[in-house]
Amino acid sequence: MRYKKKRKIKIGLIVLIIAMAVGLYGYYGINLGLDLEGGSHIVLQAQPTEDRDIDNEVMTGILSVIERRVNQIGLSEPVIQREGSDRIIVELPAVDNPSEAISTIGRTAMLTFRIDGETVMSGENINDARASHDEHGRPVVTFSLNREGAREFENITRRHMGQQMGVYLDEERLTNPTIQAVIRDSGQITGYNSVEEAQEHAILIREGALPVPVEVIESRTVGPTLGAIAIQQSIRAGLLGLLLVAAYIVFYYKFPGLIAAISLIIYGIIFMGTLSGLQAVLTLPGIAGLILSIGMAVDANIIIFERIKDERKSGKTLRAAIDAGFKRAYMTIVDANVTTLITASILAYFTSGAIRGFAVTLIIGIVVSMFNAFFVTKTLIDLSSGTNLLQSASSFGVREG
Amino acid sequence: MKFTENLDLMSKKKIWFTISIVLMVVALLFLVINGLNLGIDFQGGSIIEYSFTEAVDTEQVRSVLQDINIATEAQLQDSSDAEEYGVIIRASELSQEEIQEVNNAMEDRFEGTDLLRSESVGPVIGEELRRQGILALLVAGVAIVIYISFRFEFKFAIAALMTLAHDVVFTIGVFAILGREINTAFIAALLTIIGYSINDTIVIFDRIRENMKLHKRSPFEELANRAVVDTLPRSINTSMTTLVAILAIYLFGGAAIQTFMLALFVGMAVGTYSSIFVASPILVGWQDRIEAAQ
Repeated sequence: MRYKKKRKIKIGLIVLIIAMAVGLYGYYGINLGLDLEGGSHIVLQAQPTEDRDIDNEVMTGILSVIERRVNQIGLSEPVIQREGSDRIIVELPAVDNPSEAISTIGRTAMLTFRIDGETVMSGENINDARASHDEHGRPVVTFSLNREGAREFENITRRHMGQQMGVYLDEERLTNPTIQAVIRDSGQITGYNSVEEAQEHAILIREGALPVPVEVIESRTVGPTLGAIAIQQSIRAGLLGLLLVAAYIVFYYKFPGLIAAISLIIYGIIFMGTLSGLQAVLTLPGIAGLILSIGMAVDANIIIFERIKDERKSGKTLRAAIDAGFKRAYMTIVDANVTTLITASILAYFTSGAIRGFAVTLIIGIVVSMFNAFFVTKTLIDLSSGTNLLQSASSFGVREG
Repeated sequence: MKFTENLDLMSKKKIWFTISIVLMVVALLFLVINGLNLGIDFQGGSIIEYSFTEAVDTEQVRSVLQDINIATEAQLQDSSDAEEYGVIIRASELSQEEIQEVNNAMEDRFEGTDLLRSESVGPVIGEELRRQGILALLVAGVAIVIYISFRFEFKFAIAALMTLAHDVVFTIGVFAILGREINTAFIAALLTIIGYSINDTIVIFDRIRENMKLHKRSPFEELANRAVVDTLPRSINTSMTTLVAILAIYLFGGAAIQTFMLALFVGMAVGTYSSIFVASPILVGWQDRIEAAQ
C-alpha cells in the first residue's frame, strides 16, 4: 500500500511540474533571439574625448539619450542595456530600414550654430524641436529655446546681423541662412528634402546630443524573411529529428523505448517551461545547446536501459533488475553530466553573446535532463513494471542467446 | 550480439594509435597549408545578403558596387536556391551609412530586392571573441582535469583531454580541407562536440572504474577491453540517435544552420570513434608503461 501511495504522489508531482511548465510557457512564451525572429543587435562603444573620460555618469547619459531616441523613433519592445564599462547593447525589432535606424541611434547629434566656421552656440539650450512646414510648404524643423538660450541667441543675432550663420548637426551643415532679424526664443532650420528627414533631425535635436561620440562596433540585422525561414526550418528539422530519435529507440528497446520517447516529450515540455520562466532568449547557438542536451537526455535513458538489460541477463527478476540498473546507471550519468555542466558554466561565465546563449541553454538542458532520467523515466518504468509490458524477453533490447 | 563476447580491441591499440596519428597529421597539415576561412566574427568585416525575385548574378552586383564605389573589393557569392535568387556580399567593415547606400542602390537596380541580413563586426569584437574563447577553453580544461582526477584518477583526466583534443583537431581539419567559413556557430558546434566527447568518454571510463573495483586481480587491459565492449551497444545507440537527428537537421534545417550541423556531424562521428578507439587505448598504454617501469 505504501509503495502505491508513494507512486501516486510521484505521478501527481510529474503532472504538476508539466502543468507548471505549460503555464510558464503560456504566460511568458519563449523569447526568440534576433537570428530567429528578425531584428537588429547593435553594440555601441563610447569613445573618450580630450575633455571627457568614460565614467558612470557619461554612460548613464548616453543610455538615457539613446533610450529616448529609440522610443521617439517608435520602435516597439526595444532592449537597451549597458555592458561592461563602456558599451551599450541595443536590440531592435525588425524595421524597414535598419541601417538608417542604427545610424540615427548612434549619432552624436551635437547641434551647433557657427559663424565664419567658429562655433557661437550649441544646442543644449533647446527646449523643443518639431518637424513642420514653412510658409512655402517646405519641410523644416522648428525649435524653441529656453530663457538662457533665448538671451544668448538674441545677442548673437544682434551682433552678427547680415552675416551667414551655419546650423550644423555634428559636421553636417543643415542650412546656412543670412541673419535678417534679431531672433529670440525660436527658429527654423530649412533645407530638408523630406518630412521624414526633418522628423529624424527633430528627434535628435529635441532629445539632445550624446555626451561623447559612440562607435558601432558590432551590428547584426536579420530581415523578417530570413528570421521566419530560420524559425520555420528549425522547428521542422527539430521535430523531424526528434521523431527519428523516438522511432529508433522504440524500434530498438520496444516498450521501454516508448517510455523513453514519452519521457523525452516531457523533457521537451519542462525545458520549454524553464526557458520561458527564466526569460532566457533562444538563439540558433541556443538550439545547439538544446540538441546536445536532448542527445544527453536520450543517452541517459539508453544507459539506464542497457544497465537493466545487463542485470536481466545475469538472471535477476524484472523488479530487481530495474532497481539495480537505475542504481548503477546513476553514477555514470551524474559523472558524465557534471563534467559537461562544469564546462558549460565556465563558458557562461567567461563569454558573452552567442556562446553564452549556447552555454545557458545547455545548463538548463542538463539539469532538466538529469531530473528527467532519475525521476520521470524512473516513475514511468516503475509504473509499467507491474504490467506485463516489460516482461517480454525483447524488452530493453535483450536478445536470445 | 555474440561476436562482441570475444572482441579484443585493446590488444590492437597500436593500429588505433596509428590511425589517429595519421588523421591528426593530415588534419594539421591541411590546417597549415589551407589555413582557416575565418568569418567576420573573428576578423571583422561586413556581410550583406540579399534575395531577389528576378535573376541576378554576381557580376551585376559587382557593377552596382562599382557604380557607388563602395566595397568594390568585396567577395561575392551566388546564394540562389530552388525558391529564389540570392547574392552574399562579404567586404571589409562597412559603416551603417555605406550599408544604407548599398541597400538603396540594390533596391533601385534589381526587382524584388529583400535584405535578408546584414552584419558588421569591428576588429575589437573578433579579438575579444578569440581571447574569451581561449580563456574559457583553458579554464574548462583545468576544471575537467580536476573533476575527473577527483572522481577517477589523474591519468583518466589526461586521457579524456587528449581524446578531446583529437576530436577538436580533426573537426577543425575537416573545415580547413573543405574551406568552410569559421563563424560563431562553428565555435558553438565545437563546444557541443567537446561536451559530447567528454560525456562519451566518461561513460566508458565509468565502466572501467567499476570493473577495477569488481575484478581487482584482472589485468588492466582486460578490464578496459571488457568496459569498452560492454558499453558498445550504448555507444552505438547513442551515436546513431544523435547522428540521425543531426543529419535530419542538416538536410532540412536550411542554410543558416548547415555549417553548424556539418561540424556537429563530423565531430560527433569522430567523438564516438575516439571514445572507443582513442580514450581507453591511451589508458591501457599508460598502464603498460607504468607496469614496464616497475
